[in-house]
Amino acid sequence: MAPETFEQSAERALADAQLRKNFAFAMGSFILKRQAVFSDVEETERLRTLGNAIKQRALSRLPELLQQLEAACTRNGIRVHWAETTAIANRIVLEIVESHAASRVVKGKSMVSEEMHLNAFLGSHGIDAIETDLGEFIIQLNGEKPSHIIVPAIHKNKAQIAAIFHEKVPGAPYTEEVAELNAIARRTLRRRFYEAGIGLSGVNFAVAETGTLCLVENEGNGRMCTTVPAVHIAVMGLEKVVEKLEDLPPLLRLLTGSATGQLVTTYVNLITSPRREGEKDGPREVHLVILDNGRSRIYQDPQLRQTLLCVRCGTCLNHCPVYTRIGGHAYGFVYPGPIGKVLTPQVEGLEKAGELAFASSLCGACEEVCPVKIPLPALLRRLRDESYSAAPDGAAVPGRGCRQNLAERLAWKGWEILNTHPRLNRLVTALLGKVGDCLPLGGPLERWTRYRSEPVFADRSLQRRVREEGIPDE
Amino acid sequence: MSDATRDRILARLQGAPRRETPRPEMPPPLAPDADRGARIARLKALMEAMRAEVHEVAAAQWLPRLQELLRKRSLQTLVYAPETSIGAALRAAWEEDSSGLPALVPYDRPVEAFKETLFEADAAITTAAGALADVGALVLRPDAQEPRLMSLVPPVHIALLAADQIYPSLGDAMRAGRWSEDMPTNLLLVSGPSKTADIELTLAFGVHGPKELIVLLLE
Repeated sequence: MAPETFEQSAERALADAQLRKNFAFAMGSFILKRQAVFSDVEETERLRTLGNAIKQRALSRLPELLQQLEAACTRNGIRVHWAETTAIANRIVLEIVESHAASRVVKGKSMVSEEMHLNAFLGSHGIDAIETDLGEFIIQLNGEKPSHIIVPAIHKNKAQIAAIFHEKVPGAPYTEEVAELNAIARRTLRRRFYEAGIGLSGVNFAVAETGTLCLVENEGNGRMCTTVPAVHIAVMGLEKVVEKLEDLPPLLRLLTGSATGQLVTTYVNLITSPRREGEKDGPREVHLVILDNGRSRIYQDPQLRQTLLCVRCGTCLNHCPVYTRIGGHAYGFVYPGPIGKVLTPQVEGLEKAGELAFASSLCGACEEVCPVKIPLPALLRRLRDESYSAAPDGAAVPGRGCRQNLAERLAWKGWEILNTHPRLNRLVTALLGKVGDCLPLGGPLERWTRYRSEPVFADRSLQRRVREEGIPDE
Repeated sequence: MSDATRDRILARLQGAPRRETPRPEMPPPLAPDADRGARIARLKALMEAMRAEVHEVAAAQWLPRLQELLRKRSLQTLVYAPETSIGAALRAAWEEDSSGLPALVPYDRPVEAFKETLFEADAAITTAAGALADVGALVLRPDAQEPRLMSLVPPVHIALLAADQIYPSLGDAMRAGRWSEDMPTNLLLVSGPSKTADIELTLAFGVHGPKELIVLLLE
């Protein structure tokens, strides 16, 4: 069976009243929370400009900063690994886990590990990867994928979560009390933290200057994963590196303000080395896996490179009129919403995921709120252009030109002829004025008119009216 | 293999067309409260809004206040750092009178030999290296004497903060403490007890980290 197209999964999501209710409520709250911390418009604009400049600067020196980060981490005792693909990154993680004869990994929330499909990979090698972020824990119990990059279980309401816990957690009573649901997760996972030999996390920012990994979170599970087990493995996309420690304060404010409307998260965790001589706790080994997975290709194109500014705050999802109505699963890939629509086609190729670039009204809400000012609508249009480009392949985006087709080429050629030949134009517009409204709306036009009112042709064309009313031609 | 991979990735990045953009100028502090009192008030208000308890107390009075707070809770154990001056003060005070108080448990060996005790402990007490007034957070610098897990595993975390150590912002704390020259193994900002809003965005406290954060703000 062919996989569902985006259009089909979007249709299905739109028909799910509960899902739409869950998302409408949650995204509405996120928008208000963000507004509350960014109430000073001018200050916010200054901060966003600064955030953009910091990340642009980091990207402009990306290879140098990655080498500086590697040297600093190595000096600090953190072992650095490089992975071109997710398959290699998975292999690196597996080798570390196996070298410690561990059968279980406790995980803090990491989108890169989702991108790697790490849990399934480790599972296929007999290793249990346990999600410990509450939202991730919920969806892992239910065998689902995250539907949002910050709040992965937001598509579920508490009754649905109560049922999952009751069914999947041994001994858990049915309760819709959020505090009790939290207590169940705390009890279940405490044991896991206690026992685990390996902890895995993502990275929010990696500071080249000091070799420091910066992680933000509210629950404390991230700190558990990075502090209790004897081994900590951090995975990051190569765009996460920043130049200096002093870059962190504005970036952290932008990240947490945009993501959850907080001034600061409960924990900001700056990890600079494994346990040092004389210290009583902390991991004895820290590994950093730097993942490329298409990012160095995206980096080749100065416009598309701006995709790599992203700090993964998720605010473009919260503000997107498409995402807020269909939720994250309908996109069919790890990263949903506006940033997913820009990133995924570039990583997976336009043939496989190019459809996503068209799932936007280009309203511009995402760009307006992006903390690092990624011009998301312009990038979406660029990907649309790439899909139809007739330029030779070998450019930044794989699958370029995959949407070219004869019917559309002919249609546009016809349009061009019609608009560059005045007499023909007059003839055709006059004709359409008479019979245009009787044209059958089947075939390709039906895709347009299914959700929109059909165009009405004027009796007289604009050109004709201008002529008849004697407006001089200048 | 790793070296070849690394070199290929770096070569691709180096080969891309690029132009170095200048370092942006960092802005002045966002909340330049010169006034010490205003800094204290803001820190207290923000941290209390995040469900932390903040108690202002004269530096000489912190032990009696701590004991008073502990007596109100029926705790069995309090993990402490035995090699610090606070550790010595705690021991002396407990020797004098420990009625109704949790037993002092020294974190005096590597976690491998202390894990069970730690995971069963009710509370732990540490210092805070500073605090940030603009966002309302403590700065913790765990070290050999005061290990990292003290502020994470027990359900109650008590932190001692000197009022002189409250900085207007994170940037100020970084500059004043010259962090970039000497980062500790682990440095943390903590703004309250652990929390989550993963279920219907309903805020709930005490998920994986401490359920209570008590700050003794020493004047």
